[in-house]
Amino acid sequence: MAPEYNMMEMMICVASRYLEDGKTVAVGTGAPCAAAMLSQKTQSPNLIILFEAGGISPLLPQMPISVGDSRTFFRAVMAAGMTEMMTTCSRGLVDYAFLGGAQIDKYGNINSTVVGDYYKPKVRFPGSGGANDFASLCWRTMIMTVHSKSRFVEKCEFLTSPGFLTGAGAREAAGLPEGGPYKIVTDLAVMGFDEETKAMRVESLHPGVDLGKVKAETGFELVIPKQISSTAPPTDTELKILREEVDPLKLVIGRA
Amino acid sequence: MSEENVMKVLDQGVNPIFMDPDPDKAREFFRKKPRAMVDKRMNEKEVVEKFIPDGCYLGIGGFGANRIPTAVIHEILRARRKNLGFLGHTSTHDFELLCAGKCFNRLDAAYIVGLEARGLSPNARRYMESGEVQVTEWTNYSLAARLKAAAEGVSFALVRSMLGTDTFKMSGAKVVECPFTGKKFAAVPALWPDVAVIHVHEADMYGNAVFRGISVADLELSRAAKHLIITAERLVNNFTIRNNPTATSIPFYLVDAVVEVPYGSYPGNMPYLYFSDEEHLAQWMKVEKDLKEFEKFLDHYIYGVSCFEEYLERCGGLKKLKELQKLETLVEK
Repeated sequence: MAPEYNMMEMMICVASRYLEDGKTVAVGTGAPCAAAMLSQKTQSPNLIILFEAGGISPLLPQMPISVGDSRTFFRAVMAAGMTEMMTTCSRGLVDYAFLGGAQIDKYGNINSTVVGDYYKPKVRFPGSGGANDFASLCWRTMIMTVHSKSRFVEKCEFLTSPGFLTGAGAREAAGLPEGGPYKIVTDLAVMGFDEETKAMRVESLHPGVDLGKVKAETGFELVIPKQISSTAPPTDTELKILREEVDPLKLVIGRA
Repeated sequence: MSEENVMKVLDQGVNPIFMDPDPDKAREFFRKKPRAMVDKRMNEKEVVEKFIPDGCYLGIGGFGANRIPTAVIHEILRARRKNLGFLGHTSTHDFELLCAGKCFNRLDAAYIVGLEARGLSPNARRYMESGEVQVTEWTNYSLAARLKAAAEGVSFALVRSMLGTDTFKMSGAKVVECPFTGKKFAAVPALWPDVAVIHVHEADMYGNAVFRGISVADLELSRAAKHLIITAERLVNNFTIRNNPTATSIPFYLVDAVVEVPYGSYPGNMPYLYFSDEEHLAQWMKVEKDLKEFEKFLDHYIYGVSCFEEYLERCGGLKKLKELQKLETLVEK
């Protein structure tokens, strides 16, 4: 019998598989951090986890609450600072940025700043934090978010952090280094980006999800390739480690 | 100079730069800054009175709810400071506090309103959505780079962040073309805050300060700030500093005042000493939903107490602090 799991567990397990052993990843708190920890405890024991406030390759004892709390440099190889981390990204040494998303558009741009007028916003969100820096400077940006029409919009109301901006060639024209969004992992599917147009493309559907559902929850036209694969469900091992070692207090997986 | 050797400005953000980026004006200030190694001990009331007047531009060290100078921030609220400029860099609980007091009206924003994985502060949102605050948008690194430029005594830094985004449009940065490679960079102006407050593990009475763990942007902030207030978990003698100068993060001549505040980062985390009080931080966000309740809450915890020690008592005192010491992961058990 297939193991039972919730959508947050599904997202974290799927996302963790994209982080390759021996690579560097800059993570935010919450689900991205859980995915990086899980990856380290399963397929990628030598994954190097970096935190923007300065923690370099800690042996994370448990989920941090803040990207600057004590856990982010527990038995780390170095307790550095923001400039060290971000200049490391700028020099091209950071393979993955792993971000959460508020609003995301078809070119993988993220809005985490405002909804409504900038000067008198309907909703004010935190802003870039380090997300714009990571999305500008890391080689590949991974994004985890819940799939809904209000989040997957044609065009972000405010473009906080860069994806492919307005499509092919736009990052280069703006002066951004090579990089951009790589995979978007949601509770329904995994999306990538069309090599030519840089528009978001469905790549695999999670168990029990059909394409119609994904289209219905997306506020723009997705690129639909001829072949769409099925996402492998979380394995017993992944779920056991996620529940018992990564997030025993259910800080993230309890939010589903 | 030939045409191709000129650094061209290709684009610029629309929002204001609140502080003058002229390095010679900063040098003039630092020329007059006293260097004497004298006893700089004060209490939090005195430092707010002397160094944090209405309208000044303030920077806070640490990372929002990690190694923050809570006692001085509370005192800023009790002194009813208004119209401050604020460095909204990695700010979380510190920002929540300053919004509770409506202390600032100009803001350089990189990370505001949120408390990371804990969610958003309803009252900070309310204040930011009121339109009362003049905001210029940045990123965590571009603000650190602005402080780095100031710390280096130059008028701008170059970063590859912000390019192509609305974050750039709403900033005060400029896109410039490199005179050597023709590549584009965002030029961000140096930022010399009028005053910064940084919480550390140890300091001597002259201001030689030691913090352990990550530095966030505090090395840059301490060098950029015109006035610098250190709050310290404990005071040590000068011999302790001189016995291990490798550990010193901030030398005394940058520092204007030293305040001894045990548990001074509470309810935030202080690495190696105590973890954050998540229950109390959650209580803040819950009670903020109702303005009347929130006013009562602020009276109880901030306006109705005379000092930080009394706040600690109201939050559970030594018993609570001992629990937080046990939760601190960096302490070897």
